[in-house]
Amino acid sequence: MAAVTPLTKISGKSETVKTPGSYQAKVRKHKLLVHAAQLAVLTVLIGGWQLFVGNDSRKVILYGKPSGIVNQLHIWVTQGTALGSLGDQIKVTLEEAFIGFIIGTVLGIVCGIALGRIRFLAEVFSPYIKVLNSIPRIVLGSVFILAFGLGIESKILLVIVLVFFGVFFNAFQGVREVDRNLIANATILGGSRWQVTRHVVLPSAFTWIIASLHVSFGFALIGAIVGEFLGASQGLGQLIKQAQGTFNANGVWAAMVIMGVVALAAEFLITRLENRLLRWRPPQLSGPEL
Amino acid sequence: MSTSPQRRGASPAGLAPSAIDLDGVTKRFTTPNGSVYTALSDLDLQVAPGEFCAIVGPTGCGKSTTLTLVSGLERPSVGTVTVHGEPVSGITPGVGFVFQNDAVLPWKSVLDNVALGPRFRGTSKTQANAAARDWLRRVGLSGFEDRFPHQLSGGMRKRVALAQSLINEPQILLMDEPFSALDVQTRAIMSNELLQLWDLTRPAVVFVTHDLEEAIALADKVVVMTAGPGGTVKATYDIDLPRPRVVQEIRFEPRFVALYHQIWEALRSEVDIAYAQTTDVTRAAS
Ligand SMILES: Nc1ncnc2c1ncn2[C@@H]1O[C@H](COP(=O)(O)OP(=O)(O)O)[C@@H](O)[C@H]1O
Ligand SMILES: [Mg+2]
Repeated sequence: MAAVTPLTKISGKSETVKTPGSYQAKVRKHKLLVHAAQLAVLTVLIGGWQLFVGNDSRKVILYGKPSGIVNQLHIWVTQGTALGSLGDQIKVTLEEAFIGFIIGTVLGIVCGIALGRIRFLAEVFSPYIKVLNSIPRIVLGSVFILAFGLGIESKILLVIVLVFFGVFFNAFQGVREVDRNLIANATILGGSRWQVTRHVVLPSAFTWIIASLHVSFGFALIGAIVGEFLGASQGLGQLIKQAQGTFNANGVWAAMVIMGVVALAAEFLITRLENRLLRWRPPQLSGPEL
Repeated sequence: MSTSPQRRGASPAGLAPSAIDLDGVTKRFTTPNGSVYTALSDLDLQVAPGEFCAIVGPTGCGKSTTLTLVSGLERPSVGTVTVHGEPVSGITPGVGFVFQNDAVLPWKSVLDNVALGPRFRGTSKTQANAAARDWLRRVGLSGFEDRFPHQLSGGMRKRVALAQSLINEPQILLMDEPFSALDVQTRAIMSNELLQLWDLTRPAVVFVTHDLEEAIALADKVVVMTAGPGGTVKATYDIDLPRPRVVQEIRFEPRFVALYHQIWEALRSEVDIAYAQTTDVTRAAS
């Protein structure tokens, strides 16, 4: 609104003032349109679902329905779940996912950089890495539960395994992509091998590593949930399994909504971290963002 | 003016060892397809302490390779590289290198980039930063300490690179076509500033360029190399133009023009050979 008032006062400069004002209005209008369309899509989806299921009790069992999901969430929040309070279930799953994510990420970065920087290590370990990477790692969940029991340790291990490889390969590739000029420059400036790794290789590889974290956190949640599925006494995965066992489709959906919220929150934090660590980069995005 | 035949061993002064002494140096590379490529063959070159030496030669004649040998980034296949009387093994101490392409760290601020050398050598952060500010002032970048390299112009980034090298007070400064990516005006300004900075600490300079005018304007000595493969020194020319020089104006002086004509004669035939090779290659490929 402020952009409009000067028009009458500074008559001579009306042309230059007008352009940004109308541009802003255009941008605002466009944003409004996008949001309206998003709302419309949501309404059609949810409303369609609700109408399609209606009060048909067979369909409710098969598909669940939005009002039922909200109801289920309400019950869980106010009365707790069959496994204990809802907060505890979320906490357990998050704990597994986060601890495993952190350990897997750190291990992946350390191993990726070490193998990327030290040719001998890369030569020795490359066949092992290839074999480990080719097996479907989710199966290791069963192995871990047999070996380490139903507690959170087995889930953390599964999460570590799932997270590690993605981060590892990105860190490794990131090291190989470092501009050789930068390494030569830092070396001539007096950097030791470790200093060059710390000041040149690591920051350069971080572009790659951070990109892998978005995907990796998704893997961490999957690992925790699947681990709980395979055998646990607590957690969102177990909650889903119970809901499935009692033909409570609304329960499955409700747990999924919770996980969606958690994943979005984590994504937000990772993006914050990314912007913080990569603020040295020139703005380079073109095309639409997701 | 002297077209000196290649001297072996002793420095021009005859007493102190040369700052740089390449003696019978051959450098071979194994190419990705397994064959061996001789980049330099039997190259002799001496640079005295404090001397400004420019190397000109056609593309691919081994100019950059020569610099990597002096800096210790690469080893010669045959021959010896001696710096201040010491054979080069590992990264040569007391050497600064300004690369053709940007080699400042994009994730560090201008100040941190310039302070990098002292920090690597164990100087405290406060001292390193103070020295870095000092050098940034000398290259005319006061007030840009907190910028990231991508927020600077090409010329400013080159200044950062210069400050980053000079802060280590190198006795030898190697420069690989440092200004080739800059526009003509910026280039002349940077050349002038380089001469002023050089005067502060007087390192021996090896300045690689494909621009003969730039070479003559800056150097005490211009070395013409033969076309590759197996590049070597074709001739050396002493530039007896008085200092201090103003790079933008010196090119109009008769002495400059005479030197230019003389050296261009030697350079042109090598450029022609190199050009013929590339056209041969393209003709063979098509
Ligand atoms: N690491 C390397 N491996 C193989 N060939 C190389 C390598 N470095 C340089 N060369 C070759 O050596 C020759 C001289 O290279 P260079 O010194 O960069 O030339 P200039 O700087 O004079 O243009 C070129 O033909 C180049 O292809
Ligand atoms: Mg070159």
